[in-house]
Amino acid sequence: MSAVYQLDAVGVRLGDANVVQDVSLEFHAAELTAIVGPNGAGKSTLMSVLSGFRRHYEGRCLFRGREISQWKKPELSRQMAFIPQMLRLEFPFTGEQVVFMGRTPYCNGLFESSADREAVRRAMELTDASPFAQRPFQALSGGERQRIVLAGALAQEPEVLLLDEPTTFLDLKHQIQTYSLLQRLAREGMAVIAVTHDLNLASSYSDRIVVLSRGRVAADGKPWEVLRAEILREVFEVDVEIRPDHTGRPWVYYCQPSGETPEQPIEGPPDGAANPC
Amino acid sequence: MLSRRRFWLTVGSAAFFLLVVLAVMPLVGSSDATLARALAGQSPDKEILFYARAPRVLLAALAGGALALAGVVFQALLRDALAEPYTLGVSSGAALGAVIAICFGWRSVGSFPAVWLAAFAGATLTILLVVSIASEGRRMSSFTLLLTGVTINAMCMAAILFLHYSAGFTQSFAIVRWLMGGIDALEYRTLGMLAASILFALALAVWKSNDLNLLAVGEEWAATRGVHLSALMFFSFLLGSFLTASVTALTGPIGFLGLIVPHALRLAVGADHRLLVPASFCVGAAFLVLCDTVARTALAPEEIPIGVITAMLGGPFFIWLLRSKRSSLWV
Repeated sequence: MSAVYQLDAVGVRLGDANVVQDVSLEFHAAELTAIVGPNGAGKSTLMSVLSGFRRHYEGRCLFRGREISQWKKPELSRQMAFIPQMLRLEFPFTGEQVVFMGRTPYCNGLFESSADREAVRRAMELTDASPFAQRPFQALSGGERQRIVLAGALAQEPEVLLLDEPTTFLDLKHQIQTYSLLQRLAREGMAVIAVTHDLNLASSYSDRIVVLSRGRVAADGKPWEVLRAEILREVFEVDVEIRPDHTGRPWVYYCQPSGETPEQPIEGPPDGAANPC
Repeated sequence: MLSRRRFWLTVGSAAFFLLVVLAVMPLVGSSDATLARALAGQSPDKEILFYARAPRVLLAALAGGALALAGVVFQALLRDALAEPYTLGVSSGAALGAVIAICFGWRSVGSFPAVWLAAFAGATLTILLVVSIASEGRRMSSFTLLLTGVTINAMCMAAILFLHYSAGFTQSFAIVRWLMGGIDALEYRTLGMLAASILFALALAVWKSNDLNLLAVGEEWAATRGVHLSALMFFSFLLGSFLTASVTALTGPIGFLGLIVPHALRLAVGADHRLLVPASFCVGAAFLVLCDTVARTALAPEEIPIGVITAMLGGPFFIWLLRSKRSSLWV
C-alpha cells in the first residue's frame, strides 16, 4: 500500500499548550481510518494540519511525498476534500450552490463547465441529495445538510477525504448510511480519514482506528487491536466492556466513569439479556 | 449552478433599470428645463441639464453603486449580514478627516477641496490602522477585523464629537451638514476619474465573485477548496475600503444603502455573488439616483440631506421585503 500521508513528529502549539505533539502516522489509499479520542485530544487540530489549512506546525507532514504547506491550493483541493465539523451559513445559498462550491478548484472563469455539472450530478446521486438541492441550505435538516456537504466534497473528485465528526447531529439511519458510503468509497480506493466520537460506528466500519489522547497517539491499529478495555479506560476514563457484535467486530458497552460506584439497574431487561458490565 | 442565460438576464435587467433611471432622472427637477432646448444649446436649460443635474446624477449613481458593492464585499468577508462600510470604521475615519479639515478651516490643496483630501486621508489611515491591528503575520481573522473596525469606529466618533463640541457656530453647521451626506455637481474630469476607478473595482469584484461565495461560507471552507485565503481577504478588505473612502470623501457618509441593497438583492436573486455583485452595483446606483432626485425636488428649493432619504425610503421597503420573503429563507 502506498502512503498518502506521512507524518513525522507533527506538533502544534496554540499559545503555551501543546495541542498536538509528536504524532507520527501514515495514512493509506483504500483505507477508512477513524480518529477517536476525548474532547480536547487534538483531533480537529490534527485534521487542520492534514487539510493544509494550518500552515504552522512542527515536524513534517508529507502529502504524496511533498510537504503539505508546499502544495498549491487548487492543486491540493483537486486531490483532497475536507468536511468541517459543522457548517452554519449566514447567507441563503441553496444546497446545490453549496455542492457546486466543491468544483472551485477546477473552475476557470465565471461559469461551470459541463464536466462540473456532471461531477455534481454524480456526487448528489451518491449521497442522495438531489431531492432537496434547490432548497436553501439553512432550511434543511441536519441530515440533509450533511448529505449536501458530503456531496460537495465528492464533487471535488478527491482521492483523499477528511471528515471532522461527519455523523454528529445525524439520526441512526443517516449515521449508518454515511459510514456505509465512506466504507464503499474506501473500498473503491479512496483514503478516508474521519474524526468521530462514536466508538461503535468506528469499530463497525473502519479498517483502522487511531486513538488520540492529550495530543499524542495512544493507540493505532485494527479495531480489535485498539478497542480494548484497558486502553479505553486509560484514555476516556470510563469503564467499558468489549464483546464481539454479530459481524465479529468489537462492540463497546459503556459502563460508568472509572472509580464511581455503579448504579443499580432500575428495571431488569425484559428477556433476560444482560448488560455485560 | 449558474447558467450564462440566467447571468445575462439578471445582470442585463439590473443594468437596464440603471440606464433608464440615468436617462430619466436628469429631466426631473424643480425648474422645467427640457432636453430639446438643452440640446439646441439654449440657456439656462443647457446649463441646468448638463452642468447641474447630469453630473449630480452621475455622482449619485457612482456613489450608490460603490457603497452597495462595498457592502456586498464586507458582508462576504466578515460573514456578517449586518456588515456595511460603517462597520469597519472606514466611514468614520473619512468623517473624522473631513471634520478636522472643516475645524481648521482648510480650503483647498491644489485644485482639490481640502475636505475631500482630508476625508480620503482619514479613511486611508483608518484602513491601515485596522489592517495592522487585525492581521497577525500574513493571516487575517475576520473576527478580529470586525472588533477592530467597531472599536476604531467608536474612537473616531468620539473624536468627531469632541471637535464638534469645541467648534464655532459656522464650523458646527458645516460639520453637521457634511455628516448628513450630500450629492453635489462635480466637474466631469473628477467624475471621470472616479468612474474609472469604481468600474475597475467592480470588474475585479465580479472576477473574484466565485471566491467570494466560498469566503461567505467560511475561511476553512474556502481555504480547503482551492482559494488563496489570505490574498482574497486582503483584496476584499482593500477593495471595500477604497470604494468607501473615495465615495465618502466626495459625498459625506451615506448610511444604510450598503446594508439594504445587497440584502434586498439576496432575496431577489439569491446568495450567489456572481449575480449579487453586479446586480447590487446597478441597483445601488439606481437607488441613490432616485433618492437624490427626491432629495432635490421634494421640498424644492430646499434640499433634504441624502442620508435622511436613503433611510426613510429604504427602511420601510426593506422591512416589507423581509416580512414577505422571510419564511422562504430563515426557517
